[in-house]
Amino acid sequence: MTTNAVTVPTVVDQPRATGAGPRHSGRAGWGMLAPFAVLYLLFLIGPTLYGLVMSFFDGSSVRSGLGPFAGVANYTEALTSADFWSSMWHTVLFTVLTAPPLVIVAMVLAILADRLRHGRWFFRLVFFAPYVVPVTCVTLVFGWLYTPQTGLYSSWLNDLGIPAPSWLADPNWAMVSIALMTVWWTVGFNFVLFLAGLQEIPRELYEASAVDGASPWAQLRKLTVPLLGRTTLLVTMLQLIASLKVFDQIYLSTHGGPNYATRPVIEYIYDMGFTDFRTGYAAAVSMLYFVLLLAVSAVWLLISRRRARRA
Amino acid sequence: MTAPQCTSRPSAAGHTTHGPARRSVLAALGLLGAGGATVGLSGCGSVLAGVAGTGPPHDSLTYWNLFTGGDGGHMVSMEQQYEHAHPNVDLNAVSLTWGNPYYTKLALAILGNRPPDVAISHLSRLPTLAEADLLEPLEPAVLARHGLTADKFTPAAWRKAHVNGKLYAIPLDTHPFVMYYNTEVFKKAGLLRSDGSLKPIEGTDGLIAAMTACQKVTGHYGGVVNINADPATCWRWFDTLYGQLGGQVLADSGTKVVLDDAKASRVLSFQQELTVRRKLMPSSIDGNGVIQTFGTGKAGILFDGEWQFPTYQAAKVPFSMAPVPNIMGGTYHCYADSHSFILPRDAHRDATRRDTCLGLVRGLLDASMIWAQGGHIPAWKPIQDSAAYHKLKPQSDYVAAANAAVYDPGGWYSGAGSDFENIMGFAVAAVEAGQMSPDAAIAQMHSKLSQYASKPAPVGGTAA
Repeated sequence: MTTNAVTVPTVVDQPRATGAGPRHSGRAGWGMLAPFAVLYLLFLIGPTLYGLVMSFFDGSSVRSGLGPFAGVANYTEALTSADFWSSMWHTVLFTVLTAPPLVIVAMVLAILADRLRHGRWFFRLVFFAPYVVPVTCVTLVFGWLYTPQTGLYSSWLNDLGIPAPSWLADPNWAMVSIALMTVWWTVGFNFVLFLAGLQEIPRELYEASAVDGASPWAQLRKLTVPLLGRTTLLVTMLQLIASLKVFDQIYLSTHGGPNYATRPVIEYIYDMGFTDFRTGYAAAVSMLYFVLLLAVSAVWLLISRRRARRA
Repeated sequence: MTAPQCTSRPSAAGHTTHGPARRSVLAALGLLGAGGATVGLSGCGSVLAGVAGTGPPHDSLTYWNLFTGGDGGHMVSMEQQYEHAHPNVDLNAVSLTWGNPYYTKLALAILGNRPPDVAISHLSRLPTLAEADLLEPLEPAVLARHGLTADKFTPAAWRKAHVNGKLYAIPLDTHPFVMYYNTEVFKKAGLLRSDGSLKPIEGTDGLIAAMTACQKVTGHYGGVVNINADPATCWRWFDTLYGQLGGQVLADSGTKVVLDDAKASRVLSFQQELTVRRKLMPSSIDGNGVIQTFGTGKAGILFDGEWQFPTYQAAKVPFSMAPVPNIMGGTYHCYADSHSFILPRDAHRDATRRDTCLGLVRGLLDASMIWAQGGHIPAWKPIQDSAAYHKLKPQSDYVAAANAAVYDPGGWYSGAGSDFENIMGFAVAAVEAGQMSPDAAIAQMHSKLSQYASKPAPVGGTAA
């Protein structure tokens, strides 16, 4: 999740940069790009292609070499495996459960924090702070909060006379519990992006609309939210991709359980590739998952291009 | 996070998370190396040796283990004892995180021709490593020169150290699944004799009676065993009872599923009876909850591995330990595993070096009285039979469990930290939590296990 922070500025600025600069500066540009391009080729494109090759072989982590050629057997096995599809579904379910609240809550918090006159820094810090906490600590703390019967949440609900679910241990609640934990943990990142977006909205617009008699609610609806559009799109897409990449907090807090009810596709890949030594098969599943991420990213690209053209 | 993991999934890696991205970086580095085969950057020492193109110095030994926490501390003391007695050997001990990362690193280091000289392996993992041709078989004659003979080891562990009739490991310990009991609760519940010793608990009725008596004293639970997010413990608890019925899960190196539905159903129904129907044990509890429940006297009995001993010793709860009682009434069995020493396959190892390696093994075995303090039953008889060990209480009270050990069945997907344990454990947990009927759980075990049993093993052979 942390890697997203790096890509933000380049992506936002991309539409603006197109078509700028005369032709002859191209060579220098490539030269400047070379260090990055070489590393990108070596460490990203190269391994990805190697992974693609691996996915057509029956490789093993306890044998050297690629292993016997398997054709598309790994792919057909994955596509007909109930475990693969259920893990894919868990990843999608997690995304459905986390992406909307992480966008909406972050926007609400940012708008509220932006309206403050005093102590704004404090709220910014408070909302962003959880994002800094390492995943191991988050799962440890929430492990205590979610402890059945004696945990904080269970005792609160019990005091209110509401029967508490067993949170992480109940197949119907486990994913919801993890989603709640994730929202608390990562909302700060989106919050900061929205804050930055809010700062870009010229103050004069608010003054002008106030002169025209717009209520604060109308300002929010007709001014703030539409002008945040680009930020919202960016945050939504980053969030979708981040949510689709879920692994660590699930692996640490439920191990994919109870009874595989939360195992995301990355854990499935991990289980197949590391625990079961089947690197070829794991590579094939990785490729299928890569296609999903690629599709989501392509949608993002298309939408942001269309917006850039309109702007 | 080190290089050996890299070949497993570089493809998606670059697009997923930070960690794997680094792995793919290292994978690419590996590819750049000669023929892409030199991925194994084992310890620091061997990295330098690899870069310089020289072999390790003759009297330096690399020893990999998977001990951290209390065990890690004990192992360091044992290493120090060895180093003190062998000042001429430069021991380079590396502690790695246990589980998949350890076994992946070990396998890739061996494939990359940079193996450690001596390494630790669970005996339940041994068949896979041996069949993958990653280990050096140990010659009895060579071992005998170091005094390492069959009669000096726990028989069950020594047997399990063999694969296809050949010895591949030297057992360090047996770590069984045992019963912890709160001595104060047991005394009040009338479960102790006047001299403080444990009255025998026998059969399912005996356990129910004992737990009911404990529950009256504690006001909460009679007993406790971990359920949530801990498939391994669920499997151990199931296997202990199922083993007492003489049940087997896999046969023919894991190619056949021989799960006995009637026996498994008896065990699962009993486990569910304790949690859901009689509420003698919590039906939803996690690791923290277990420590809290038994550590604060809210349960009289705890079923767990003996390696939790230091935890409860620190919790200052009055407790003692015993083998899990014979609950199902067959031949006595309980789940156990063993740590053992292995010599990874290494073309550079000559007779002298082999002797140095075995000298280290012998030295650590001789120091295993330290190891016993952590709760493990030493496999080395000279320690196990010693007066000092007998005086060590409650550690020496469950030695019987070492000989009644049932290990995980053979199979490439079985053993400590394997998917086999996950498949079995997740189904058991669902039954104990009342989320699944025993029959449904058995059906799920069959369907998931048969997917593995029908696949060709990804270990063994030398694929191009």
